Amino acid sequence: MARLLFSSRRRRYDDGGGFGALRNAEQAQFLFKRRLAIAGVVVLVAFGALFGRFVYLQVFQHRHYQTLAETNRIAIVPIVPNRGVITDRNGVVLAQSYSAYTLEIQPSRVKNLEETIDRLAAIVDVQPRDRKRFRKLLDETKNLESLPLRTRLTDDEVARFAVNRYRFPGVEIKARLFRQYPLGEVASHVVGYIGRINDRDVARIEEWDETANYKGSDYIGKVGVELAYERELHGTTGVEQVEVDSGGRAVRTLSRTPPVAGNDLKLSLDMRIQQVAEEAFGARRGGLVAIDPTNGDVLAFVSKPGFDPNLFVEGIDSANWELLNDSPDKPLLNRPLRGAYPPGSTIKPFLALGALTSGKRTPTQVIHDPGFFQLPGAAHRFNDDKPGGHGVVDMYKSIVASCDTYYYILASETDIDDTWRFMSQLGFGQKTGIDIEGELTGVLPSREWKRQRFAGPNYREEHRKWYLGDSISAGIGQGYNAFTPIQLAHAIAIIANDGVSFRPHLVKSIRSLGSGEVREIARESTHTVPLKPEHLAVIKNALVGVPKEGTAAAAFVKVPYVSGGKTGTAQLYSLKGEKYIHQKVDERLRDHAWYVAYAPADKPKIALAVLVENGGFGAQAAAPIARKVLDYVLTGQTQAGPAAMPAIPPSTEDESD
Amino acid sequence: MLNLVGHVWTVLTRRIDTFLLVVSLAIVGVGLITLFSATDQSLPRLSNQAASLAFSLLLMWIFANIPPQTLARAAVPLYLVAIVMLVGVALFGTVVNGSRRWLNLGFARFQPSELMKVALPLMLAWYFQKFEGRISWTDFAIAAVLIVVPVYLIKRQPDLGTALLIAASGFYVLFLAGLSWKIIVGLTALGAGAAPLIWPHLHDYQRERILTFIDPTRDPLGTGYHSSQASIALGSGGVVGKGWLNGTQTHLDFLPERHTDFIFAVFGEEFGLLGAALLLFLYLLLVGRGMMITLGASTLFSRLLAGAITLMLFTYAFVNMGMVSGVLPVVGVPLPLISYGGTAMVSLFIGIGILMSVQAYRKLVAT
Repeated sequence: MARLLFSSRRRRYDDGGGFGALRNAEQAQFLFKRRLAIAGVVVLVAFGALFGRFVYLQVFQHRHYQTLAETNRIAIVPIVPNRGVITDRNGVVLAQSYSAYTLEIQPSRVKNLEETIDRLAAIVDVQPRDRKRFRKLLDETKNLESLPLRTRLTDDEVARFAVNRYRFPGVEIKARLFRQYPLGEVASHVVGYIGRINDRDVARIEEWDETANYKGSDYIGKVGVELAYERELHGTTGVEQVEVDSGGRAVRTLSRTPPVAGNDLKLSLDMRIQQVAEEAFGARRGGLVAIDPTNGDVLAFVSKPGFDPNLFVEGIDSANWELLNDSPDKPLLNRPLRGAYPPGSTIKPFLALGALTSGKRTPTQVIHDPGFFQLPGAAHRFNDDKPGGHGVVDMYKSIVASCDTYYYILASETDIDDTWRFMSQLGFGQKTGIDIEGELTGVLPSREWKRQRFAGPNYREEHRKWYLGDSISAGIGQGYNAFTPIQLAHAIAIIANDGVSFRPHLVKSIRSLGSGEVREIARESTHTVPLKPEHLAVIKNALVGVPKEGTAAAAFVKVPYVSGGKTGTAQLYSLKGEKYIHQKVDERLRDHAWYVAYAPADKPKIALAVLVENGGFGAQAAAPIARKVLDYVLTGQTQAGPAAMPAIPPSTEDESD
Repeated sequence: MLNLVGHVWTVLTRRIDTFLLVVSLAIVGVGLITLFSATDQSLPRLSNQAASLAFSLLLMWIFANIPPQTLARAAVPLYLVAIVMLVGVALFGTVVNGSRRWLNLGFARFQPSELMKVALPLMLAWYFQKFEGRISWTDFAIAAVLIVVPVYLIKRQPDLGTALLIAASGFYVLFLAGLSWKIIVGLTALGAGAAPLIWPHLHDYQRERILTFIDPTRDPLGTGYHSSQASIALGSGGVVGKGWLNGTQTHLDFLPERHTDFIFAVFGEEFGLLGAALLLFLYLLLVGRGMMITLGASTLFSRLLAGAITLMLFTYAFVNMGMVSGVLPVVGVPLPLISYGGTAMVSLFIGIGILMSVQAYRKLVAT
């Protein structure tokens, strides 16, 4: 093998044993010189070939190319397609494009930029903000393209510039397409926004191999549906061959391949429900997801506070950006998608269903609740919300009155990995697969999860081990549990739909403008959780009891329909033995309030999850918001404005979770 | 006083190869003249390029004063750092706002593949010197691994163009170190023979790119357009050209990338065949001087290093001019010492500085 690979040199070395080191070095020198000479010949041949090519192009083909260059008054201009329109399920427009004039400068053709801009300011309105943005664009861009100084010129400004145009070489007025979000903040986290294409977007476009199709395009989807459905919305860029005069200005169009507009998206959202839900939040922070359990249509998707997507289209100015980005209210955070919160007591009906399915509990089996739970041989008391306890508790009461001790005991008898297996069928700790990017997985704890979580070198074996105490706090939705609002909405929808799970989706159908063809997004049933109807009936009966006579009764006084629901309160802050008094705790450390619900109870057409950040008790802060939405969906009426917080009668305060 | 000035002058010039410097500056001069025209007489860009030149000359001087043995000692650490950075790009590169070729060092952004252009030939030259006189086929196998690892990392960034160029620089060292002809011929034959077999396995877009190279009108908005417009620019330039600042292709916006990768089309349009031949001749002088330095180098390390640098200078010039004149597909390679851009200018002058060092120290090391 060695001989084959390295024959010539090796032979010389091996055979010439008597010649010594000097001889070897000479041989090596000789070999090297020969190699270098070969390289030299290659260089000469290659340069000779290039020279030959130049002679061919510049001498023999000169006349041909000269004619081409002279008649090369034909410039190829991309025509940017109109971006698709986004509407809600009833056709309410959420995002649209319109054409407007911009004043653009080609920096390479302008000698003194500042002076030119000063002179332009005398003709059109140029604010310091416009100058700042222009300078930023100038720094960022590497090409010699023209950059907008002002967008959305008025007709007056266009006319004034047209008269003075000769004074401004390198400055032009162009008609461009702009994106507008007519509803502003409403559903801003769903719709998202577009922005100028940056380096990272260029890489993305290259990956799709769409570089040619984005010639002339300045904008691309950055967030939300605008991002996730970018390739549907963008369309196909057209090409126009134009004849240009000696100054390079277009004088005549020779041929034109028209652009194909992007596809229109119809969302599954219903803006009426969305608006009722957003108003119900008032100034509170949080999220709400409402799903049609029979097909996965997302009917409302609220993340409060929101933001005005129109601010982002032209590149947000730094003052507004700081306002949004530095706000402690985090208006840019998509809470239903990217906020993971402990589920609190909303987890109880799901755990109860698991206990029925595994046979660990029967509906009538009772426990005695003294107001706390202790592990055998341990001093620590896991307290119930209600001092003194709920007394004798069966499954129905455990859900309706939200009894912690019932679930402490259940958790102490259930292996966490069994819980994990059942709960993951309901989508907990997994992405729901909703059709916008950035969804969080959340945490549904298991032994394996804890091992992975604390695998780092900073942790020791005892940190990685699963303890029974971990199971106990997980058993009431605290501990390691952390779910996104969309996960909870998805899970309650599965229960409402008797175990049949649909992937939640925001886009309902895609319409191609050219052919008029409408593609429905498939409502895929992802799987069916194997549940016994009699077990489902027990849980649903208890869920109906919650707004009727349980923890949410105060929020559901005199409802004209039957709904199922469950309150939840997620603790952020451990009060080391003190009693939690809402008003005394710093606002940002207060408990998160949850409510999950579906209605009507017999044939659900809506399932939802509401989260109010630092809202306190679920019954008090979250349930009234859910009621407003359910009222609207089921009766068509609702009172405008934020949902009132019902007073909690003192006697039930401790049960209010 | 005069003595001091004389001393300073000696320190400044004693390691500088006048021939190499004059030829390089002549090419840079051609570049600045062309750049002025290509950017529609933009003074800011011209002064930017001049600033890059000043900085590059400083680095050239520094490298010319570093003895080759010192460079040899830096070879292994430099190579390892470059590899670590490339892995860093693969792992964290996406976080940086920009393409995945960049690594954010906190104070500056840096393209590790640029470092690898120097580090790989250094490493290979060092390796072959270390085992000089007893090089066997296993050393070539190890060298192949040293090449394949960075090439793979850069290819998956993805930056196929740079990956191929770095592979070429590695191959040059192997070739000069005496890689068996059987392997070279065998691999070439294998590559050529495999082409028809690979075709059905290519992605549609990859086939499309190859077809666009054969027939540029297939892709009017993409690289095909660049290619046909560049050919028109060159061809219409004729023997004497249209004159400086008078290229119609250039100034009517038909030529894309005209101050970077396609600057040679501007030059060829305005200065014609005479200009192109002159530039070709200047590159030939540069490469020829590099080869003479290589020939006179005292150690195997400096021979291999100087040879690889020289052949890379040739490769860049050839690939770029071949691409602009339509005999090679459009790949993103700048024209050495001429295209606008500071990074390329800096690395090229570092290479020239190393050549000068090899020349200056050729007699100081006993063989």
